Amino acid sequence: MQQSNTYIITFSVILTVVLGLLLSGTSQILGPLQKEAIALDNKKQILGAVIPGEEIAAMTPEQVNTYYANRIASVVVDINGKEVTEQNGVAVTAETVDIAKNYKKPAEERLYPVYVFHSEGNPDDVANYVLPLYGAGLWDAIWGYISLDTDMNTVGGITLAHAGETPGLGARITEPGVQARYEGKTIFDESGELVAVEMQKGEGYNYSDNPHEVDGLSGATITAKGVNNMLRNYLGYYKAYIETKKSSTAVAAL
Amino acid sequence: MSAETVENAIAKKPAEALFSKRRKKLVSDPLVDDNPITIQVLGICSALAVTTQMKPTLVMAISVIFVIVMSNLVISLMRNTIPSRVRIIVQLAVVATLVTLVSEVLKAFAYDMYKELSVFVGLIITNCIVMGRLEAFALGNKPYDSVLDGFGSALGYSWIILAVAFFRELWGSGAVFGIPVFEYASSIFGPDFKLATNGLMVSPVGAFIILGLIIWVQRTKTGYVEH
Repeated sequence: MQQSNTYIITFSVILTVVLGLLLSGTSQILGPLQKEAIALDNKKQILGAVIPGEEIAAMTPEQVNTYYANRIASVVVDINGKEVTEQNGVAVTAETVDIAKNYKKPAEERLYPVYVFHSEGNPDDVANYVLPLYGAGLWDAIWGYISLDTDMNTVGGITLAHAGETPGLGARITEPGVQARYEGKTIFDESGELVAVEMQKGEGYNYSDNPHEVDGLSGATITAKGVNNMLRNYLGYYKAYIETKKSSTAVAAL
Repeated sequence: MSAETVENAIAKKPAEALFSKRRKKLVSDPLVDDNPITIQVLGICSALAVTTQMKPTLVMAISVIFVIVMSNLVISLMRNTIPSRVRIIVQLAVVATLVTLVSEVLKAFAYDMYKELSVFVGLIITNCIVMGRLEAFALGNKPYDSVLDGFGSALGYSWIILAVAFFRELWGSGAVFGIPVFEYASSIFGPDFKLATNGLMVSPVGAFIILGLIIWVQRTKTGYVEH
């Protein structure tokens, strides 16, 4: 009897339903916790662009949350650099903007969050502007955050992450040593053109005299190209915002 | 007299000691003599991929122990109802469910670890040790024995990947469980005493070398010869 088709089909259906219920139940129960973990991880990545990674690693989740709340203010802008507070009648905050989802829309319709790193208790005393990045690596999505100093030109730091780059090759973009190569580089050339920072082909060279080039990743040229495209695209999308901030700091300097 | 012995024999059989010799062998055999990695050479993929550091390796080992033991238990409990024509799919469904559970729990409670292990938690599904034990043992044995058998195999897998990870982290990054041992050594013996780390150990090639050495040492000791 055990071998009859009816038995096999009934058995399979019951098994599928039971396992399906089990999985969806777990995902329901753990869902909020996972969301929290992802939000925390996001904050860590944003902070990673402005403070050293070891410092963040030493913090407890509560410390990260308070540090973030005390030191980061955020705004959302559109492609023209205008601040956006609501979209379709729903209030917009930078923390709720899903960069990956926005990436699927045309560039003009996307929302662009900006995270402003300021001294504690004084949101006007700005130290860095942190901008999100998103693009395609070799196998899957890559993303990150870049921080610009108040001159809106010098790179203060960068965090890069990936979904599925090759371990040991493209995946090395997450290494602190690789990310440190971007520090102090500038994104505008002398004539004021946006040139971003380009990772070069080949590794082990010294680019300290060139403010727009960094050492490459051996064996991960396509991932490096993805990082370059991502940087150029996103700095381009934020260009209007960067220009407004640039002129306002120029005025303040006068 | 003879009737009594027969009765004894029948009475004794179902009450086999919780840790009888046979059952101990179920656990201890896969540790060395029938180790899934070094003798059966299964589960190599993850043994190479996750063993750059001790911490993720330990999480991986615990996950694999959980998946093998639980799937052995579940399949063994269902062994008389599983239609033999679809048994592989049934095993796969159970294993995949358990692995997804592990990955969801990691995502909720240890997100950093989840990111680090990434695809390799999901790849426990394809770890030959899991399906191998289900096919070879759990389908034909009682639940408790199956649990012991699965535990033994998982432990055999775990200690090997932990050993590989120990040497790779020590020589590759100069640390054990993230504790910078090499730096301590330098601070004790003075700044001139520097232990060099080897980048080869961080790449999967390093795991091949370490694993090869472990297999060599083990086979020299046990005298195992491949047939």
